[in-house]
Amino acid sequence: MPHHWAMVVDMDRCTGCEACVVACHAENNIPTVGDDQASRGRAMHWIRVERHWEGEFPEARLRFQPVFCQQCEAAPCEPVCPTYASYHTADGLNAQVYNRCIGTRFCANACPYNVRFFNFFNPVWQKPLQLQLNPDVSVRSVGMMEKCTFCVQRIRSAEGQAKAEKRELMDGEIKPACVQSCSPMALVFGDLDDPNSEVSRLAKSNRSVKLLGELGTQPNVSYLQGS
Amino acid sequence: MKQNEEQVQQDLLRPLFEASAAYWLAVALAGSVVLAGVCALFYQFYTGIGVWGLNSPVFWAFDITNFVFWIGISHAGTLISAILRLANATWRRPVTRCAEAITVFALSIGALIPLCHLGRPWLFYYLIPYPSERQLWPNFRSPLAWDFFAIFTYLVGSTTFLLLPMIPDLAMVRDRATGLRRKLYGWAALGWQGTPRQWHRLETAMHIMAIVIIPVAVSVHTIVSWDFAMTPVPMWRSTIFGPYFVCGAIFSGIAALILAMALLRKSLRLEEYLKPMHFSNLGKLLLTFSLLWFYFTFAERLTTWYGNEEAEMAVFWSTIRGDFAPLFWTMVTLNFLIPVPILAIKKLRTITGTVVASSCIVVGMWLERFLIVVPSLQRKFLPYSWGSYRPTWVEITLMAAGFGVMALLYLVFSKLVPMIAIWELKVGMQEAPAAKFGDAAVAASSRPRGTPGGPVITDASS
Repeated sequence: MPHHWAMVVDMDRCTGCEACVVACHAENNIPTVGDDQASRGRAMHWIRVERHWEGEFPEARLRFQPVFCQQCEAAPCEPVCPTYASYHTADGLNAQVYNRCIGTRFCANACPYNVRFFNFFNPVWQKPLQLQLNPDVSVRSVGMMEKCTFCVQRIRSAEGQAKAEKRELMDGEIKPACVQSCSPMALVFGDLDDPNSEVSRLAKSNRSVKLLGELGTQPNVSYLQGS
Repeated sequence: MKQNEEQVQQDLLRPLFEASAAYWLAVALAGSVVLAGVCALFYQFYTGIGVWGLNSPVFWAFDITNFVFWIGISHAGTLISAILRLANATWRRPVTRCAEAITVFALSIGALIPLCHLGRPWLFYYLIPYPSERQLWPNFRSPLAWDFFAIFTYLVGSTTFLLLPMIPDLAMVRDRATGLRRKLYGWAALGWQGTPRQWHRLETAMHIMAIVIIPVAVSVHTIVSWDFAMTPVPMWRSTIFGPYFVCGAIFSGIAALILAMALLRKSLRLEEYLKPMHFSNLGKLLLTFSLLWFYFTFAERLTTWYGNEEAEMAVFWSTIRGDFAPLFWTMVTLNFLIPVPILAIKKLRTITGTVVASSCIVVGMWLERFLIVVPSLQRKFLPYSWGSYRPTWVEITLMAAGFGVMALLYLVFSKLVPMIAIWELKVGMQEAPAAKFGDAAVAASSRPRGTPGGPVITDASS
């Protein structure tokens, strides 16, 4: 059965704890570039928690918005890549094929969300940090683009498991690292093709908006906000 | 008074057979800049693009600015020379080769930059469509793939366009040279004998190339502009970019041509050939394009301002009165405010005047490209991810090396081929076309008068 992977972010639940950011780094072997490189604007966080202040002091209010690859259905990053390194999978993922990437960085320029990250240098893990690398995720080398994959390794492994057990995937069976680590449960992941999944239900909510939806990118991520 | 043909030949071939100390000094200077660039490039290949000032979200800056700049300069030659040839503007004769050479060299530099700027430059061949084990063609939807084809076509076309009219002159050098040189030029002249049949074929080929190269040149810079216009980036997604870029390219191209001509005039002592009239005529062309460029810039800015779209306005104001305002207003001054009075007033449209205007324009047009690339990337839609950009020494060295390569290629070229097409000049010295063979006017022979196998047809008619 085909799937259509999607995510819902409930901004009213997000506390801005950034556990998702840490979990994402650990799961996906994302290098920490160090303070010097970070100050040059080269920090790599596949998911970032944007802080937005609303209102004027003393009635100011802080809102958190986790932003990561929106896995757009009409992704601007895909047609511009000359080598098909950025391409769309049948189950709605905006995939990045590292081996094909030659580093034109065109996709990152075309992305309206600025959620694509470039390996300006070869990544370094100080000993013994290299021992905690996730063996299910390839380590990217210099000159490649990378970004949120919806933890595709977890999706594929769960699909394989379900197939081996000759059953359908259950809603909530797959949890990307950020979803798993989100204690207020602001992040929900699931299959939009399953009308009974939680993500389908939430995405249809009248609190649901798409980030920069007016650009026509058709993101597979919905943000819930209202209160 | 008719100029002595022998004298012309003497003057124009002289640089090929002697080199001054100043020449070698210039070669050494340009060479050392190129060498520095090569070192910087290898350092970058070895370490990673991180040695540049790029960051997230400014993933392109000096690299693509220089790419567009050089491709723009390359529109000097071929386009101008083709149009002047087709319009049969007789004053073009001493200008064409100089212009066509700029095209080929600037295009070679421009074409290399996108390859060098890749994160993994050793995989550049992924852009080439070839039956590979990956069973994958390039993505033909990508403007970068279009770039590859457009630039490659233009490079082949403009090289042909440069080489064709060189054949009779190469034969002339062959006839004067001895030893190895004679052999090499003989090979390069492709067995040119100056027979009516050969002249006829050459004229036909040049005519075809002059027509074909114009749409190719227009398409190249249009496609370069689509590298920007095909993305949803504020101030990039513009329908005006195609013609705007073509206009800017020809604009900077003419300016570069005037500068090159002035340098050649001084260094090769060509005062007799590159006259104030040539600078004045090109100056008028430059004036037209300065006005056109301003019109495009004004139209682009005004429609953006009226549109008043939030993300676009962030970029708009950052250039008009924000971080980039000093660069923006410098650009307007250099591209419009200074050159227009100089070029419009006849008294000021001298060699010095046009050179001053051209220098301003070359710098101004570089700034224009920089102001297209960087401000938009700094201010994309989500303010939380806005960034800034500063170039590093590596990028500055590489940029200087681009100019070094241009100078070096030009210096070498001036020793290999006469910088002014001698045979074309001679044709111009005949009051009427030398003779008619079919539809084509047949020009004077390549061979000097009085030598064995000398003028074949010229004498018959003049």
